[in-house]
Amino acid sequence: MNPHRRSPLILAATTLVYFFLYAPIVILVLYSFNASRANIKFEGFIPSFSERVVMDGSTVKSSPCGPFHWFCELSKNDDVIEAAGNTLTIAFTATIIATIIGTMAAIAMQRYDFKLKPFSQISLYIPIVIPEIVMGIGILTLFSQFFGWVNATFGLTGDARLSLGIATVTVSHIAFMVPFVTLVVQARLQGFDKSFEEAAMDLGANEWTTFRRVTFPMILPGVLSGALLAFTLSLDDFVITFFTNGPGSTTLPIYVYGLLRRIITPQVNALSTVWILIVFMAVLLLQWLQSREEKPVRAK
Amino acid sequence: MLQRLRENKSAQGTLLALPTTLWLFVLLIIPLILTLVVSFGKRSPDGDVIYTFTFDNYVRLVGYSTDCPDGQTSCFDPLYVNILRRSLSLAFNTTVIVILLAYPLAYFIARAHPKRRNLFLFLVLIPLWTNFVIRVYAWMMLLRKEGAINIVIGWLANLLNIPFTPLEMLYTPGAVLVGMVYEFLPFMILPIFTSLEKIDNSLYEAAADLGANAFRTFLRVTLPLSMPGVVAGTILVFIPVMGTFVVSDILGGRQVILVGNLIQRQFLDARDPTFGSAAALILMVMTLIVTYFYTRKFGFGEEIVPA
Repeated sequence: MNPHRRSPLILAATTLVYFFLYAPIVILVLYSFNASRANIKFEGFIPSFSERVVMDGSTVKSSPCGPFHWFCELSKNDDVIEAAGNTLTIAFTATIIATIIGTMAAIAMQRYDFKLKPFSQISLYIPIVIPEIVMGIGILTLFSQFFGWVNATFGLTGDARLSLGIATVTVSHIAFMVPFVTLVVQARLQGFDKSFEEAAMDLGANEWTTFRRVTFPMILPGVLSGALLAFTLSLDDFVITFFTNGPGSTTLPIYVYGLLRRIITPQVNALSTVWILIVFMAVLLLQWLQSREEKPVRAK
Repeated sequence: MLQRLRENKSAQGTLLALPTTLWLFVLLIIPLILTLVVSFGKRSPDGDVIYTFTFDNYVRLVGYSTDCPDGQTSCFDPLYVNILRRSLSLAFNTTVIVILLAYPLAYFIARAHPKRRNLFLFLVLIPLWTNFVIRVYAWMMLLRKEGAINIVIGWLANLLNIPFTPLEMLYTPGAVLVGMVYEFLPFMILPIFTSLEKIDNSLYEAAADLGANAFRTFLRVTLPLSMPGVVAGTILVFIPVMGTFVVSDILGGRQVILVGNLIQRQFLDARDPTFGSAAALILMVMTLIVTYFYTRKFGFGEEIVPA
C-alpha cells in the first residue's frame, strides 16, 4: 500500500477547504485596490498616477500613488500609526516578560518537584479552558475596583489617577501568553536527553554553567518558537485588549473593530493586506525556526 | 543561604515557578473570585457595584419573576435562557461542521509527501494568524448584498437565464455560523494533523496485511488513534465559540445575540457588571462541564498547543 496514495474524494475535500480558507483573503486583498471609496462594489483598479488625487464622485480617478492609493492614505493616517505603535509596544514588552517567566516555569515544571507544583499546573491550564471573555471581564473588574480604591484612598485626581492604558493591556496579555510559552518549552525539555546535562555535571560544571552552556542552547529553539507564538497571540488578541484598554492605548484590532461599525473605506482593506503580508513573513520565520529545531539535537 | 538554596531542589523549583504562578494568581484566579463575588452584588444607580449577597442576578438569568403582567404571582421569561441555548447550539453546530471540514484536510496533509507537508501546513497557518477581526471583515465583504457571493451567483444565474435577486445573507444566523466556522477551522486542522502524523505507517500495513479494506482501516485504526487530536481541537473551538461576541456583533448585526454579546453589553452599554458577571460565570460553568465530560471520555494530549 502506497502511504502517499490519495483518494479523489479527499483531494476534492481538501481543495474545497483550501478554497474556503483563501477566497475571503483574496477578496479582501483585491478590494484594497478598489477605485471606489464607498467600497461596496469593486470598481476596478485606480488607473493612473497624478500629482493630486482626482475624484469623480466617490471613485478615485487618479492618485499620486496610483493603484496603491489606499496604502498611501493609510501611511498618512495618524490613528493607524498610533494604533500600530501601541500594538507593537504591547506585543514586544509582553513577549519578553512572558518568555522569561514562562521558560523559568517550564524548567520548574519539568525538572523539579515542589509543593506549589499542582497549583501552578492548574493555573497554567486556566486560560485554555476558560472563555476569553470571562478572563476579560474579570481582569476589567479587578482593575476598575483596585484603581477606584487607590484613587479614592490617595485622593488622586486628573492625570495622576490610575486608569486603563498600555500598562494594563500589557500586564493582561502576559497572563494569557505565559501558559503557551510554558507548554512549548516544556515539550522541548521533554524531548531531549538528560544525559547531556549529567555529562556536563560529571565534567565538573556547576548548575549555572550547565544551564548556560548545555540546557539553554538546547532549548533555545523551543524558547524562540514559544516567544514567536506569544508575540502572534498578542498581536492577534482582541477580547482581552477590548476590556483592558483605555484612551490612548487602542491597538490595531480594536481600531479595525471600531471602523467596522462605522464607515468602511478601502483603507481598512489596505490595512488588512499589510497585516496579512506581515503574518506571512512571521509564519515563514516560525517555520524556518522549527525546521532548524529538528536538526541539531537528535544526535544518535 | 545561597549554599542552602543550591542544595534544596524544592526551593529552586518554587522560585523558578513563582513569577508565573503569582502572575496567573493575580490576573486569573483573583479576577475569577472577584467575578463570583460581584455576581452576588447589586448595581448602584450610577453603574457601580454594591457588595451584598443576593441571588437576584441568577434569578433574572433563569427568567423567574414575581413582577408579572397578568396578575399572576410568578412567571417565567425565557429571554436569557434562550440566549444561552442559542449559544450552546451554535457552538455545537460550529464544532461539528469544523470537524467535518478539518478532518479530510488534516488527513491529506498528514499523508502528503514530507517535502510538501510543510507547505500545506504553512497554508493553514496564514489564515490562522491573520487577525480575528480582519477575518470577520472579509466575510462581511463576501456576504453583503453587493458582495462577491451574490455577484458570482448572479453571474451564474445570468448564464443559465434564471431570474435572480441578490440574497440578504449578512445579519442572519447563517452568516454568524459561517463566520464562526471560518474563524475556528484552523484550530481544528492543526491538532488533528498532529495526532494523524504520529500514526506509524506499519499500522496501516498491518491492517492491510490482515485483510482490512481502506474504509475498515480508517474506522478501526486511523479514527481511534486521531481522537486525541479531535478532542483537543474541539476544546480549542467549542470554548471560544461559546464566548465570542465579535462574530455575532459584526455578521449578525443586532439580530443574533449570544452570551458573549450579553456579557459585553452589560459591561459597556447597560453598565450592570453584576448581571454581566453572573452571565459570565454561567458561561464558564457551562463550558467547564462540557469540557470535563468530554475530556474524561476521550482525554487530550499535547495536541492542545497550536502551531
